[in-house]
Amino acid sequence: MQRALIAGISVAITSSVIGLFLVLRRNSLFGDALSHAAFGGIAIGLATNIYPLWTGLTLSILGALGITKLRQSAKIPSDATVAILLSSGLALGILLISISGGFTLDLFSFLFGSIMLVSVEDTLAILAMTGTILSIIILLYRQLMYITFDEEQARVSGLPISKLNYLFIILASVSVIVSMRLVGILLVSSLLVIPSVTALLFNKGFKKTALISVSISVFSVVTGIAISYTANLAPAGTIVLVSTTVFLTILAARHYSKKKKIVKKLEEARS
Amino acid sequence: MQIVEIDRLSYAYSGNLVLSNISFTIDEGDILGIIGPNGAGKTTLFSCMLGLRDDYTGTIKILGEDIKKKNSQVFKSIGYIPQRKTVDQNFPATVEEIVSLGISVMGKASKEKIDLALEAVGLLAQKDRRVGELSGGQQQRVLIAKAMVNDPKLLILDEPATGIDLEMQNKFYSLLKMLNQENKITIIWASHDLDAVNRLATSVACINRSMFFHGKAYEFFENPDLLKAYSESSMQAHMHLHNHIHGG
Repeated sequence: MQRALIAGISVAITSSVIGLFLVLRRNSLFGDALSHAAFGGIAIGLATNIYPLWTGLTLSILGALGITKLRQSAKIPSDATVAILLSSGLALGILLISISGGFTLDLFSFLFGSIMLVSVEDTLAILAMTGTILSIIILLYRQLMYITFDEEQARVSGLPISKLNYLFIILASVSVIVSMRLVGILLVSSLLVIPSVTALLFNKGFKKTALISVSISVFSVVTGIAISYTANLAPAGTIVLVSTTVFLTILAARHYSKKKKIVKKLEEARS
Repeated sequence: MQIVEIDRLSYAYSGNLVLSNISFTIDEGDILGIIGPNGAGKTTLFSCMLGLRDDYTGTIKILGEDIKKKNSQVFKSIGYIPQRKTVDQNFPATVEEIVSLGISVMGKASKEKIDLALEAVGLLAQKDRRVGELSGGQQQRVLIAKAMVNDPKLLILDEPATGIDLEMQNKFYSLLKMLNQENKITIIWASHDLDAVNRLATSVACINRSMFFHGKAYEFFENPDLLKAYSESSMQAHMHLHNHIHGG
């Protein structure tokens, strides 16, 4: 349980920060595409007895870089490239699984997460990867924010746009791979997207929004793991449902608060 | 000292000649108003000057350096405000955070520099507000502050006052004049507003794919033949665009 919480919290922090940039770039489904590409890579690893996380990471990064290059050179719409990467990765995975004799326990843990089974070595590896991602993001957050805000102006200012975009894709791919241990391939994008979208409802500046996103993500993971441990439920689903509940609660509170302000203004106008 | 030197610049896109043989220079401290009808190539000219397009012929030198060499010191000396598009209302950034983006890549986001830039544009009191909450005119001033924060030698503005009310436009133009006179910044500014260009610019360049006129502002605005020829060429360009859109 302790290892699950440590690994879960570190994954929550990095995925929420990466997720904020993805959401603001209108690339919310990119995380899904990366995880499905990783699925293809994991299937290669399982079929060839190579450590699946490395093959998953490699295929995820290569697929994402290739698609980004394709989008720039062939001017293919962003959502279409996401669909290509997502479906190709998934198809490759399904094909290899069918050849190798069907689903195994290992594959299930990648699909649905296995945070409760995380070992000491896994926890240390997750901490190392998430620590690296976070350090790079903190170092380059202004440049990444500039590109997200206005890529053309960022280019004019002299920023190496292509290199920064490729670096971001690699960071996102690593973040997806470590997140898979927590919530599995199928729910990775919710861990990236939901806390960020919830944080945006607060209408704050960038730093505060990032902090709120991290707080919501950590809260969802800790609460989700605690509930799943107590009630013997699947951690991945519980975490995501807690996250969704937080989103809906904040949304409802915001809606109610807006209505109250409008009513108050109308009453003031009448009097 | 010449801040900008453009020599025989031509640019074609998908077989269409967008700019043809454009040549002019801009001296330090000048305010150059670039006028021309829609489709004249003003934005394309700026794209070439800012290094956003490389596939042009001719040379563009800014601060003595050929732009194609991509000298980062030169780009740090240029402030750019693009055609006004509404800032994403939902982008989570305060005024201060947006202005801090203008600090050069390796520079620290000094609060002093940011506050000075915001004070210059009259938005210091708004620095903690979200950019999306500001009016159009205020958002443009935020972008000017962002461009100013690196102490640029050259400010390039592409129709910055489009869609802003008259009072805000006048404040905006006063700000440009102040930046030019007090901060000694050279300004290149594309505009449809001939009245504003007449009031503010020291020199004028008219382009309609090719250079129609380049010289002192008074030489253009006090010459009725030139003004008439410009109006006729603008009308022709407008009809051409109209026919192109409606298939006439």
